Amino acid sequence: MSKKQKKNLIRILIAAALLILLHFLPVEGLPRFALYLVPYLIVGYDVLKKAVEGIWHKQPFDEYLLMAIATVGAILLGVLKTGDYVEAIAVMLFYQIGEWFQSYAVGKSRQNIAQLMDIRPDYANIETDDGQLEQVDPDDVAIGTIIVIKPGEKVPIDGVVVEGISTLNTAALTGESLPRDVNVNDEIISGCINLTGVLKVRTTKDFGESTVAKILELIEDASSQKSKSEKFISKFAKVYTPIVTLSALALATFPALFLLAIGRDPQWTEWLYRALIFLVISCPCALVVSVPLSFFAGIGGASRAGILIKGANYLEILANIHTVVFDKTGTLTQGNFEVTAIHPEKLDKKELLHLAAHVERYSKHPIALSLREAYGAEADGCEVDDVKEIPGRGIRAFVNGKIVCVGNSQMMDDIGAKWHSCHRTGTCIHVAIDGEYAGHIVIADVIKINSKQAISELRKSGIDQLVMLTGDAPKVAESVSEELGLDHFYAGLLPAGKVQKLEELLNAKKSPRETLAFVGDGINDAPVLSRADIGIAMGALGSDAAIEAADIVLMDDDPLKIVTAIRTAKKCMRIVKENITFSLAIKIACLLLGALGFANMWMAIFADVGVMVLAVLNAARNLWVSSVNSSVQNPHPCRSDV
Amino acid sequence: MKKSYKIDVDCPVCAGKMETAAKKTAGVKDASVNFMLLKMKVEFDENADEKTVMTAVRENCKKVESDCEVFF
Repeated sequence: MSKKQKKNLIRILIAAALLILLHFLPVEGLPRFALYLVPYLIVGYDVLKKAVEGIWHKQPFDEYLLMAIATVGAILLGVLKTGDYVEAIAVMLFYQIGEWFQSYAVGKSRQNIAQLMDIRPDYANIETDDGQLEQVDPDDVAIGTIIVIKPGEKVPIDGVVVEGISTLNTAALTGESLPRDVNVNDEIISGCINLTGVLKVRTTKDFGESTVAKILELIEDASSQKSKSEKFISKFAKVYTPIVTLSALALATFPALFLLAIGRDPQWTEWLYRALIFLVISCPCALVVSVPLSFFAGIGGASRAGILIKGANYLEILANIHTVVFDKTGTLTQGNFEVTAIHPEKLDKKELLHLAAHVERYSKHPIALSLREAYGAEADGCEVDDVKEIPGRGIRAFVNGKIVCVGNSQMMDDIGAKWHSCHRTGTCIHVAIDGEYAGHIVIADVIKINSKQAISELRKSGIDQLVMLTGDAPKVAESVSEELGLDHFYAGLLPAGKVQKLEELLNAKKSPRETLAFVGDGINDAPVLSRADIGIAMGALGSDAAIEAADIVLMDDDPLKIVTAIRTAKKCMRIVKENITFSLAIKIACLLLGALGFANMWMAIFADVGVMVLAVLNAARNLWVSSVNSSVQNPHPCRSDV
Repeated sequence: MKKSYKIDVDCPVCAGKMETAAKKTAGVKDASVNFMLLKMKVEFDENADEKTVMTAVRENCKKVESDCEVFF
């Protein structure tokens, strides 16, 4: 509780106690009025002051004016007729209770979100000349400085490990609970928590350019991008207050004048009372507070799940997604090649891979890397000599005295080996020993372990169209598309072709309400990301370009996060709509009842304060984001370079 | 130059008023108030003196909402 909240709570309690006390005091007339004025002023002086200030600054139409008129009017009624001041004070009292609750709830959400975003490092350790550690402000650390990170501390600045081995907890950034191992020469990003060993890190960025600072800035800026609903509410509040004030005035005068004109008792006080009730009910607080709170809580909750949403407007667009367009490599597939099949002619499978790996010993080609990785212990005692790379063909080498050729079909043709093609999709690498065909190894990009589940969950979430764009060969694209059950795929596209295809898809939309999302790994997708209604970059941790170009950033490369993001957006919009319809419906119903004389002050108080409390509680539900869990037993494929 | 300041304000409507007031202040190119984070981001005109401008921003904000504060 803040100081202000404490003070207001005390005011509320004193006023309430006085009100109960006065109930038992048998005072009448002017002294009674004077006594009741005390709790009224204690609980309501600031409202009256602000109402007067509003008029003074020529911006009179706000909730303070509504409350001031309603309560002063009710007191006047008491003086003139009923002698009952309790209603006036109760209105002010409950209004203040509502305000207090609102400020408490907003403060709590703020705290919750601040905890989620508690990734800002307070200091960095620098080793001084005498070997002592000194804590300095991360802002003051220059690029290239060696910093020391002890177990339990946050990584303050992005950098490269120069000494030490440890594991890092990246949960605050990615929502991923599995710790990540780091070793010398590994790049590490700020915001992770160092778990086990002491690390010495050479910083590669300023603090302001580091991941953690970028993320915090992004979240801070997120709510300045206002959604349509928020804009609607603030416009609504602007016209709404003058309208209800004038309506109340009309309600107080017209019916009475009409009755007077037809020669009946005008019942001035009755109509005034109804007008005051009208004013109390009409306070727009519930809408004005709950809508921005919903979006803020939604963005905050999503960031805890490793989903950064750059603005409330994107939550709105995301909730209406009908088409999701994927990039293939790195998004639906892992983006690194793996050996998927080994088909020897006579040899043992392992032996074929063994020979191929040896020939590729010195090559830096991605294919060579995946072959060596697949075999594991390539650096054994075998003799590998006279390695010769034949451009556009493959590699030839002497392994244990035999000539082994590893390459494409043209290489086999060149040496006269009788090769045959493979039914598997992927890149086929043929092997010949001493000019005789020995078999082939198929290398392909592997579909991510959660891709299939993500696609089916997306369909369940109401996505109509799932499309894949890729620069890869049609045969590969077809097999991925079929395996995952996508609607369409377009293969062999250059980056410009991807933009063109995306525009075709955008033009083919049935209505502007339906939106299209593009999901890419952010490395070369920037133009497509920015062209789509909403661009989602995944696995973007540490890639500034992707964070810049995308509207939504998934911190790791799990496709299930797309589903979580869309569901979060839908939930958030549902809650916003619930709050708008619920509070408007109650208010309009109560306004009608009030105008017709069926409502009293107490009902009016519920319609105002009660509805606001319910709306705020409902909005706070957005803080809890439920991630979609993988149905696969081991959801963490062997990737350590995330 | 762009800078972020901590503010104190009670309601979202008042925060909106502060934003409008800050935007109208001389020397301010653009301003946005984030009610949920209680932060005001101010983009200054070139050659504007931060202290003078922010004093004026605070004054203008107090005019529309007496119960607010801008920390700088």
